[in-house]
Amino acid sequence: MLNALDKRLLETVADLHDIPQGAYNIRKNGEGISRRSTANIEIKPKRDKPGIDIIVRPGTMGESVHIPVILTAEGLKDAVYNTFDIGEGADILVVAGCGIHNPGESETQHNGIHNFIIRKRARLRYVEKHYGQGEGGGQKTLNPTTIIEMEEGAYAEMELVQIRGVDNTKRITKARLHRNAHLLVTERMLTHGEQKAESKILVKLAGEDSSAQIVSRSVAQDNSQQLFYPRVAGYNRCRAHVQCDSIIMHQAKVRSVPEIAANHADAQLVHEAAIGKIAGEQLIKLMTLGLSESEAEETILQGFLK
Amino acid sequence: MLEIRNLSLTLEGEKGSVEILEDINLTLQDHKLYVFTGPNGGGKSSLAKVIMGIYRPTGGKIILDGEDITALGVTERSRLGIGYAFQQPPRFKGLKVRELIQIAAGNKPIEGCSCLADVGLCPEDYLDRDVDSSLSGGELKRIEIATLLARSLKVAIYDEPEAGIDLWSFSRLRETFQELHNKYETTIVLISHQERILSLADEIVLIAGGTIREQGSRDDMWPVIMDKSCGGRKICPGAGDENVECFR
Repeated sequence: MLNALDKRLLETVADLHDIPQGAYNIRKNGEGISRRSTANIEIKPKRDKPGIDIIVRPGTMGESVHIPVILTAEGLKDAVYNTFDIGEGADILVVAGCGIHNPGESETQHNGIHNFIIRKRARLRYVEKHYGQGEGGGQKTLNPTTIIEMEEGAYAEMELVQIRGVDNTKRITKARLHRNAHLLVTERMLTHGEQKAESKILVKLAGEDSSAQIVSRSVAQDNSQQLFYPRVAGYNRCRAHVQCDSIIMHQAKVRSVPEIAANHADAQLVHEAAIGKIAGEQLIKLMTLGLSESEAEETILQGFLK
Repeated sequence: MLEIRNLSLTLEGEKGSVEILEDINLTLQDHKLYVFTGPNGGGKSSLAKVIMGIYRPTGGKIILDGEDITALGVTERSRLGIGYAFQQPPRFKGLKVRELIQIAAGNKPIEGCSCLADVGLCPEDYLDRDVDSSLSGGELKRIEIATLLARSLKVAIYDEPEAGIDLWSFSRLRETFQELHNKYETTIVLISHQERILSLADEIVLIAGGTIREQGSRDDMWPVIMDKSCGGRKICPGAGDENVECFR
């Protein structure tokens, strides 16, 4: 059912070597090709539009859900709507991710719209990796939208990674946090060639003592272009830290526009943004330890994007 | 053995070219501990950077164990066994202490490496820390020294190793240098102004105004260094204080 190319894409975007343990749904070229629910995690297809509902029973502990998407045909436009309902007090891992292998000349596109409801005191770790490859000149486009509602005391870590080979991306992430909810978003982005990437994040801290941390790190190589627009708005006693760091190389362009908005006197919001080349001192330090210049550069970039 | 012959260095500054080092001749023997000392801006760090290959000399030769290494870059010199611990080491976002020390150690496993303990840092606490701004200046500096201790070197240069390091760690560090010197054939160069570092030296090299002003055994050099006007240092007549230097 899964050929060698499928397996390689799955390994890259979801660290999967074969059919995963636990609940999963594998989507290939616009269709669900394999699915399994478990006693605590139910996955069912939506009736009104493409996509699935993932329902995690309250109190489910230490289970995982894998929902990778692979596209291996040219000229495909795939849109999918997934809804996650993470029950009260549950603690789970969700591994998403999309790999495109575009063999032809026409554009292949995947738009994934993910809606999360994280119930009271539930904990979620979400990992999403995006990757593109293919011999032809066909564009590989990935436009993920992630909408997160976090109830009282909920905790979420969202790891959003774009590895290589994605020509166009428009990433939208929105979250609303209620009382005592905590959100950590880590974004890693590497663009090269003529690629364009845009990431907009909006976090609303609605509840008392809610907090958010956004850590965005990117590397822009060749003629690629990146735009970051991370925003946090505080409406209560809350805390947030937004950090955007980009390494710029070659003829790339990076625009970074963090915004913080306080609508309450006890909102403590901080942002920092930096764009720069790899520091010469860093390269030299690693070269004094015996690395060549290109090995030193690779080591710095890998660490930065880790 | 490292030989430096007729070495000069001119760097391009904002106000045109500046002569940093002028006709330096120096032989550094195996199994000897040297301290380079002298006034700020005198050329000590520049000489170290020329030895490491970070600066290319304008003239002269550098010879390591009979091999002319003047044309070699930083990486090649490092692989031949030259090491340099930065005065102000850089920080790395996302790189762990473990990874940095592993790069330094090359193929050798770093488990059981005493290099962190030797600078007074507990390996369990530090190996998984990031080499970023979460480390204090003193911690970063000690990790920098540890990256040299993790290697087997022919020539090891430490640029102001005591800078930013607290009293207690300093004693430990001093013992470490002493032990290294007793155990290995490595030529050790410490760039320092600290009396307790100077007292470790087999030989002291006084560098000022881009040249070697004097060189000799610790005992011979001690009175020279204690003289406030050493290295061509002029005492400010206006301040009426022999600790104030005059640049007019």
